[in-house]
Amino acid sequence: MSGTSELTMLQAINEGLHGEMARDDRVMILGEDVGHVGGVFRATEGLFEKFGGDRVVDMPLAEGAIVGSAVGLAMAGLVPVVEIQFLGFSYQAMHQIVGQIARLRYRSQGRFEPAITIRAPFGGGVRTPELHSDSLEGQLANVPGLKVVAPATAADAKGLLAASVRDPDPVIFLEPLRGYRGIRGEVPDDDHVVPLGSARTARSGEDLVVVAWSHQVEVACRVADSLADEGLSIAVLDLRSLVPLDIEAIAMAVDRCGRAVVIEEAAQTGGFGGEVVATIVEECFWSLEAPVIRVSGYDVPYPVGMLEDTYVPDEARITAAIRRSLEMA
Amino acid sequence: MTRPSDEQLRAILVDMVEARAQASRLWNLQRQGRIGTVAPIDGHEAVVAATAHALDPASDWILPQYREPLALQRFGSEVLDQYMLYNIGHPDGSRLPPSVRVAPLQISLATQIPHAVGLAWGMTLRHQPGVTVVFFGDGSSSEGDFHEAANLAGVLGAPVILLCVNNQWAISTPLHQQTAATSLADRAVGYGMPGVSIDGNDAAAVFDAVDEARRLALDGGGPTLIEATVYRLGAHTTADDPSRYVPAEDLKAARANDPVHRLANHLGDLGLWDDDSQAKVEAAALTRIEDAYNMAMAQPLAADAVLDHCFSTDTPRMARQRAALLSAVPHGHSDTFEVDS
Repeated sequence: MSGTSELTMLQAINEGLHGEMARDDRVMILGEDVGHVGGVFRATEGLFEKFGGDRVVDMPLAEGAIVGSAVGLAMAGLVPVVEIQFLGFSYQAMHQIVGQIARLRYRSQGRFEPAITIRAPFGGGVRTPELHSDSLEGQLANVPGLKVVAPATAADAKGLLAASVRDPDPVIFLEPLRGYRGIRGEVPDDDHVVPLGSARTARSGEDLVVVAWSHQVEVACRVADSLADEGLSIAVLDLRSLVPLDIEAIAMAVDRCGRAVVIEEAAQTGGFGGEVVATIVEECFWSLEAPVIRVSGYDVPYPVGMLEDTYVPDEARITAAIRRSLEMA
Repeated sequence: MTRPSDEQLRAILVDMVEARAQASRLWNLQRQGRIGTVAPIDGHEAVVAATAHALDPASDWILPQYREPLALQRFGSEVLDQYMLYNIGHPDGSRLPPSVRVAPLQISLATQIPHAVGLAWGMTLRHQPGVTVVFFGDGSSSEGDFHEAANLAGVLGAPVILLCVNNQWAISTPLHQQTAATSLADRAVGYGMPGVSIDGNDAAAVFDAVDEARRLALDGGGPTLIEATVYRLGAHTTADDPSRYVPAEDLKAARANDPVHRLANHLGDLGLWDDDSQAKVEAAALTRIEDAYNMAMAQPLAADAVLDHCFSTDTPRMARQRAALLSAVPHGHSDTFEVDS
């Protein structure tokens, strides 16, 4: 019987990377500052020392070439795990992510398998400079051919990362900036794989379900716990992966509760929250007792530090949305 | 320096003559509405065919832009068949069999250059001998991907040959509006690799340069940037009218330096080529392309093919989309459409 250890999400990711590189010698790490220094957040700490400079590679500062060369490495049969230092820096690689990686399998009708994982921290709350906190999961989920994964717990970070690296399709693996050291929990010591496409019930409840992913799951759980003191039974569904989306889990949760609030950190218009709401309406229209409410960032670029507490959904806004839904007959 | 043998030059010429004849046929098929937009190879035949002949199809890779397929026969006859599927818009048009070391055509300019660098690097890491050759044009040399990938290739010492086919035009934009540099090969200095300028209308010079770059790469000497200067003798594509912008006198001068005629004359002087050889090769090439067209039109297409190969397996969302699509097809599951002919 193997045990667990309490780790931060960052430690869990690091442990997951160590495990994948030890398991499969085709796995490589590419990125900026991922080698000697172990990544700007230390997610790749110890990998360079253990696996060497051929497998853990500090790349020139060119996101397009980092991601683009990963396509060629995959064609050669390697399994690149790319670190983009912050998701907002991926704008300079979008033509390779969207125009090339995502459609390589489709274009070549299966000849080439871009088994590439792109890891990037995203989301707000740590007072970063501009372009360090952008939430692009909605844009990326809209790209056919990409899987989009966003763990909310330390254990899931390890397990979903293992599943992503082993997946034959390209995976965008989104790591919450604020959760790197802020989220901690028990993580299985041994090989741990969480299949992509299965949502997790973070809190059970009967009155209303909050649907969230990544760092907002923890915020939603705090709200649910606090409202439990008032006798309200609030469920929290952690999507874990946006593509593939666990449509059945969403439908089951909403059918049970009849009310739903969907949370995301990105701007509202065109965001992934809208996709979740559309899914709820398609699947659960006759179970709904109130309109679905979205809590999101505002329709502005991710703002500077003094504005971000206003921008990022917090317990007060989520609580208010829940109360508004419950007040509707 | 390795000059190609007369026998090799003759084999290169055969591929060039075939490509020229088949390009002409593709133009007509497009004008008849039977295939989609095509980029003619006219003027590029020597640089593409001689490059293919300087490589080893069993170990080296070619990553094309989009003008090259007709002169890549040395890498497998399947290239022509797939190209015809591509031109009729069949999804199998970019699926070459695993034995053919040619990447799919690339429409997004220069994006294949980092792929070629990564592939060459990966082959080294996996101890597979061989080089990659990536084709791109003078216009693509302005793209960020060219600079990023060339820099990376230099840093890695990857066994890749960056083959810039400078045909003087990016659709209607002439070279002097593309760059203030007098030489694209000079850029190699900035990437820490050799840069070579060659006459791309001279098949022997192309063979030499690629052969030398290949030897250097296989010896661990890293990448080479080759600028092969040609002149685009045809339109950018079937959707283009170059008479609006190509000066007639420039085109006339370029035609005097036509790569196909040059090599045919050279081999003619050696008694290795004549009008009869030319006619026979052209006739065979036209028969071959008719066969390829007929095969392409007979290629089956599943009713739900639009959903295939996006992911390794359908997501739940796509599974629903596939079911909905198939339920809307009149004759039900897995029928193949009759392709209009």
